[in-house]
Formats: sequence, structure tokens, C-alpha cells
Amino acid sequence: MKTVEEIKSAIEAALPGAAVEIVPNPSVSGQHSLRLAPESALAVAKFLRDNSDLALDYLSNVTGIDWPDKVITEKVKVTRPSIQTVDGVEKTVEETVEETRKRLEPGSLEAVYHLYSVEKKHGPVILRMRTIDRTEHVELPSLTPIWRSAEFQEREIFDLYGIVFTGHPDLRRLLMWAAFKDHPMRKDYIEPDDFEYEPTAHDEVLKRAQEHQAAIAQPEAGAGQ
Amino acid sequence: MSESQSHSATLAERPEGWNRPALIQPSGDGELLEVAMGPHHPSTHGVFRMDVALDGERVIRLRPVFGYLHRNHEKIAEGISYLASMPYTDRLDYICPITNNWAYALAVEKLTGQQVPERAEYLRVILGELTRFQNHASSIGFLIQEMGASGTPLMYAFREREKILDLFEKLTGARMMVNYMRFGGCRVDASPAWLDQTRKVVAGLPQFIDEFEQLLATNEILMARTQGVGVLKADLAVNAGVTGPMLRASGVNYDIRKVDGYGIYNRFDFRVPLGDHGDVYDRFMIRLLEMRESIKILEQALKDIPTGPIMDPKAKSRGFRPKPGEAYGRIEAPKGELGFYLISDGGPNPYRYRVRPPSLINLTVLEDMCLGHDVADVVLIFGSVDIVLGEVDR
Repeated sequence: MKTVEEIKSAIEAALPGAAVEIVPNPSVSGQHSLRLAPESALAVAKFLRDNSDLALDYLSNVTGIDWPDKVITEKVKVTRPSIQTVDGVEKTVEETVEETRKRLEPGSLEAVYHLYSVEKKHGPVILRMRTIDRTEHVELPSLTPIWRSAEFQEREIFDLYGIVFTGHPDLRRLLMWAAFKDHPMRKDYIEPDDFEYEPTAHDEVLKRAQEHQAAIAQPEAGAGQ
Repeated sequence: MSESQSHSATLAERPEGWNRPALIQPSGDGELLEVAMGPHHPSTHGVFRMDVALDGERVIRLRPVFGYLHRNHEKIAEGISYLASMPYTDRLDYICPITNNWAYALAVEKLTGQQVPERAEYLRVILGELTRFQNHASSIGFLIQEMGASGTPLMYAFREREKILDLFEKLTGARMMVNYMRFGGCRVDASPAWLDQTRKVVAGLPQFIDEFEQLLATNEILMARTQGVGVLKADLAVNAGVTGPMLRASGVNYDIRKVDGYGIYNRFDFRVPLGDHGDVYDRFMIRLLEMRESIKILEQALKDIPTGPIMDPKAKSRGFRPKPGEAYGRIEAPKGELGFYLISDGGPNPYRYRVRPPSLINLTVLEDMCLGHDVADVVLIFGSVDIVLGEVDR
């Protein structure tokens, strides 16, 4: 079995211009993965399947992952001029102050593919792809044309995460019903409350209902998109 | 369920794509009957629906509809600790809870690097093979039941299953919801009396298979109904991710017990039966032969089982927080490759918990196998896939 570095260089030798990046895995499992650029993913997948050394003819598992937007709070040292009075004389002095800044790191949706070879009996080789963000640009190329086992699994990810797999022959919801709106596996999904089914609407229930409605209405809570 | 376009088997919007079955043109006036088989149909083993379009008796289109038993197992597991998901894995494929436990424990052990003591590995193999045996026996029983042989074969299978479930109950306290494995070992040790009883049960199993095989394997009606029905070609089976007895019935030599040699499987002497035709009869026969191999493994494991601890002494049940990272662990469950993919962010709960369900992925080729066959054969082909809805819908 080749290492990820060898597979990366094999891909780059066969497909110049294909962007491949190694994602190290710090756990003891040692299952490192390759991140593909969505534009070249289909060509890389075809190469991995048809290359006689790798012969990754079996796609075992497709996983969706949600990486929400992160607000990162960091302390930055800033040097700025300030006017100070020293011994009765006003002077401009350079002063270093610590400032707390908040930075928004945009999130993304990720699809992970676990490949094995039935012919060579090796694996896993792990591929990953990321969308640009979580709301507007959620398209990834479907690998169903290469491995049919992705058919239901990509449908499931479309259903539960909202990744749109372009080129999928039959992209419909798999587990939720067709009229369902949201994507329940996303980290910011708000579960429906059962207050509507309470037999008597007493104060506590009404309060809970109000809170729930408020949570849904808040745009940053992200329920419903 | 809404009547939306997505759940109808009408011909017009059936998508075309790579590696899909060739369309069958309706004969005569081209008038088709659309039938929803399920979700409450005796042959669907639970709540599962097949929307079929029929030309007379012939199946022209088939669309599986999932989700009736969906409870978002993966989301629930992300909200609770690692160990708290262990009893919930019992409820995935509730015919084989032990192997579900095993796959999950294996994935976590890959993530943390915990070692499993020798005796626990043997107990896992013994229970895992007993599970495989009773799964295959009842799966064959159901298949024959659906063929119209009402009662007898299924009751023969359930008689043996009952003996094995008694063993599970004696060891773990529960017949089905066993919650037996832990990360780095097993929950309770087997007493010498339990091992003796297991040896006695295992010694009786070959006689059952002989009887079962004699009853069924050369039965004329069974052969007429199953041979050449629901053929699955090897290259399509591999490409569509089909695993387990279904893959091997198509002649592909891929058994994860041999390929990965997880646990201590490389110590045992057993063979991997392979089919020639990939039809329903081969799938039935492969299960029968795998039961014989399971007995071989059981006999060896029961002979060699050592004494010693059953838990990794360094394993801790409280404050269990794997280091950040990810791992995919898989086993050869009775229905195919059962895998768990875990991502840890260093917290007490998994950041991502994914089940690779063999039952769901084996159904990818259901339409391919059913096209052109009669409605009555659909029931058989579906039965030969051997699914459990608790795992399909999760």
C-alpha cells in the first residue's frame, strides 16, 4: 500500500494541474487523507480507480461534515501614537496596547470518501472535498459516475447537510420527506419543539414556544435556509 | 408521506446515468400499473417501500423509498458521550447487536490506540460468529417463508436462533439489546459453565445445517424459483459497494475478516465460500456455507480461549476524551461491511459519528436486479439482500 505522499505525487505526475493537498491526521489511526480541489476531483477519482497500481475500485463510505462559521477571539498587540502629558509638556508617545479582536472564520461543508481496493486488497485511501461556504456555494462534484456506491450516500448528505452534488443522476432527499425544508445534521439545526402538541397552553409552554420561535427567527441561528 | 414527484415511479423522470440498467420497453399497449409495495408489506421486513411500475406482471421500474424508521442516530450520537452510543448501536441492526458493538468499539480503539486483551478478543470472535450463524439461519428462514413455504423452515431456523439467544442472555443479561462491548475489551467475563454450554450448542449446530440443507438445497420448487433470478454481475457489485454474502455470491473474493484480519481472525483456519452466478440461489447457498465456516471458527476459538483479563487495564470509563483526530474502523458484519467513522475534537462527545450501513448500500442495486422479473420474484430478490430497516434508515 502506497503512502499518501506517494499517491499525491502519482496523481500530480499523471494529472498536472490537479490540486491535491495532504491533510494529516494526528490520531494514532494514522489515516491521513487527501484534499482535492472540486474542479479536478472527478478526473482524480477516475485516475485512482483506473490506475493499475492503486486500483481503488471500491468506494466504501461517504461522509458529510459540517464546519460552522467560527468567531475567533484573539488578542493583538497594537502600537499607536498617543498624547501624554509628561512633566507638564504634551508629547506624542508610541504606546503598545493589547486589543481583543474578533475575526469570523467562514465555515464550510465537507464530503469525505473512503476508498478501498477489492482487486489489490488494500486501503483505505481517504479523499476530502470542501465547499466554499455553507449557504451560497454548496456545490461539489458527484463521484457517483465513478463509483455507484456513492449514489445513496450522496443523496443522504444532500438531504441531511445540504451539499449539492452536481452530476448526480438522481439527487433527491433520501431519509427525510420531500417537503422537508432544513438539513438536520448541520450543527446549527434547531429541532422542532413539541409545544404545539401540549394539551393545555399554560404559561410555561407558551414561554417555551416563544423562545423557540425567537431562536428560529434569528438569522445567525441558521435554522431554515 | 407527501405525494410529491420524488416518490412516484412514473417513467418520465427516471434519471439516466452511468452504469444504470438498460430500460425495458413495455409491451403491447404500453399501459403500466404503478404499485406501492410497502411500507406495510409482509415481505419488507419492516417499514420499507418499493414503488414499482408493472407491465402485466413484469417489473419495468423500481424505486426504493427510505426513511420511515429514520431517527437520526448520527445526530443523537454527536450529542452524547462515546460510551453512551454503545447501547444505541444495538438498535441499528437489531438481529446482530454484537457485531454492531464490535464495529463501534473497533473504530474507537483505532482512534485511541487501546489494546484489547487476548481473552476479550476470543470472546468477541465467539459471540460474533454465533451472531453470524443466527443471522444467516433466520435470513434463510425468512427467504423461504417469502417463497411460500409457510412456517417450517423459519421455525427450524428460529429453534437454533433461540439457543444462541439464550447464550447471549446468560452472558450479557439481554437476548438482543446486549450492550456487551467496551472500548478496550468486553463488559462481563464468561464463566466456565457458559463456555461449556456454548460448546454443547456449537456441537449441535452441524446437525442442524445438515438437516436444513437436506430440506432446502435440492428442493425442486426452491431451485425453480431462485436459480437465474436477480442476477448481479461481479463488476457492478464491486462498483456499487455491495459487500458481504451478496458480493461473494457474485464470485468476488472479499471478506474483511481475511483482508484486514481485524481482531484475531488471522489465527483461525476458515475458507471464504464464493458463488458462480450471483443469483438468489447463490446468495442462499453462500449463507449456508458461511454458517459451516462459522462453526469451524467457533470450534477453534472455544478450544483455544485463554484465561486472563477482559479489559485493557488503562481503559477508563469516566472522562473518556480521545485526542483530536479521526479514524475509520470496519468489520465483516453478517450483512456486509459495517464501518464507523469518528472525528474527535478532543471533547467528551464525537464531533462526527458516521455509520456505514451495509444494508442501505446493498440496496443500491435492487432495481438492477429486479428489472424484467415478475412481481413475485421482487419479494425473493429483496429477501435475498438481507436487510434490517433499523440500519437502513438509522
